[in-house]
Amino acid sequence: MTDKTMTPDEVVGRLRSGMTLGIGGWGSRRKPMALVRALLRSEITDLTVISYGGPDVGLLAAAGRVRRLIAPFATLDSVPLEPHFRAAREGGSLALTEYDEAMFMWGLHAAANRLPFLPVRAGLGSDVMRVNPELRTVTSPYADGEEFVAVPALRMDAALVHLNRADRLGNAQYLGPDPYFDDLFCEAADSAYVSCEQLVESAELAKSGPPQSLLVSRHSVTGVVETPNGAHFTSCAPDYERDEAFQKLYATTPWPEFAARFLSGAGEHDYQSAVRTWQEEQR
Amino acid sequence: MTSRAEYCVLACAEAWRGDGEVLASPMGPIPSFGARLAKRTFSPDLLLTDGEAMLVGLDGTVEGWLPYRRHLTMVTGGRRHVMMGASQIDRYGNQNISCIGDWERPSRQLLGVRGAPVNTLNNPVSYWVPRHSPRVFVERVDMVSGVGYDRAAAAGPSASRFHRLPRVVSDLGVFDFTGPGHSMRLVSVHPGVTVEQVRAATGFELATGEEVPYTREPTAEELRLIREVIDPKGLRDREVRG
Repeated sequence: MTDKTMTPDEVVGRLRSGMTLGIGGWGSRRKPMALVRALLRSEITDLTVISYGGPDVGLLAAAGRVRRLIAPFATLDSVPLEPHFRAAREGGSLALTEYDEAMFMWGLHAAANRLPFLPVRAGLGSDVMRVNPELRTVTSPYADGEEFVAVPALRMDAALVHLNRADRLGNAQYLGPDPYFDDLFCEAADSAYVSCEQLVESAELAKSGPPQSLLVSRHSVTGVVETPNGAHFTSCAPDYERDEAFQKLYATTPWPEFAARFLSGAGEHDYQSAVRTWQEEQR
Repeated sequence: MTSRAEYCVLACAEAWRGDGEVLASPMGPIPSFGARLAKRTFSPDLLLTDGEAMLVGLDGTVEGWLPYRRHLTMVTGGRRHVMMGASQIDRYGNQNISCIGDWERPSRQLLGVRGAPVNTLNNPVSYWVPRHSPRVFVERVDMVSGVGYDRAAAAGPSASRFHRLPRVVSDLGVFDFTGPGHSMRLVSVHPGVTVEQVRAATGFELATGEEVPYTREPTAEELRLIREVIDPKGLRDREVRG
């Protein structure tokens, strides 16, 4: 069977400017940050990003790589407002398709199920309809005759997700309390790339957690990357919690200074060493 | 002497009275204390989360699993009563947490609409405002995130079918939408607050009855629970002073 393991830079080598890119996780939780950092080391730009937004959105927006964001929010959770998302919006440099959280979820379901849309009781009456004039409604064909928003499928060229464990074939497992929507992201994408804390033998997966923890199956995965601490500084329970001190540093340091110190290296290894050096300085 | 913050905890708790077996989703410290007070006293069947993906009892005992995908289904199933914040709210309960100014290029980007559109069309939504001011209680909100009564009605039967905004609690008083045309009405002022003070801090005309009562006094047991069990560190006084 196909060994799908690759490096973060090999994943990025398969992406192109102008693509629509889905990013898994939620807010500042289990984001595929190592893959996002690899993207920042490339020249890829002009992206349409689909995300329950966190620092993935902030980093890419700060670096000027995002043309359009499709999201219901961008937050760092413990820091309510994502600072670089905020700056990009207030500076007028980021086009936004602002959906409600449930609309967004049904858009993922529609894409994963190869449907053009799914109906949802959300959005009607709100300004989501005003700022997205392309949205249409649909009337129930049954006796109730109710009207709903027809959320268009959130189909994407590529998806990036981060899970706790994976095998070389692309089967991936979450061990924390929430799957978020990572399986849907993979199924909604033409190609999906899974980074994981630890690459294990297939036989290990069923031993590490219950059957329902096997969230992502290999048929929906193109590439697998082992990136220990790869969700840093977002949370990746139970392997590690969010690095609140570092997130605070990220949120309060001017972007050029943060990028120069932590993101100017040649690879993920340089980022992780720069973080360790900073952590040692704080002791 | 009951503090203002304690009246606020109590007024938030009252939002969940009579709700039965539904998820109480409080946003922010004082609504969280209120939900816990309600569950410890008059609404014992309420469900609570740990803020992540688990349903938990008052002592933290896990009793269920509620990841975001199931949480969003619970919203559309209606078995939930959320108390959200509001950066802006108008007389019909239209709420904004998305951005201030022109949406195309906001002067202040806030959270985004988050789940406010789906919440308001599907399960009861109450609001909590820790600093009542004309900047929050406005004539028109800049980006309608949570849908108010006028817009739900205008959007048609499927928008208004499950739409309900039970109450708004601020640091000054308690409000509902039983004024003319489902407009905001002052239900009670917290002791130490005058009706004039509320009017001055509100950017639109408020409906009021002939006499506006005070928010009810907590019982001795409710006060003990707030002070000794629910919020022994006094975090409530950081959110609302005085």
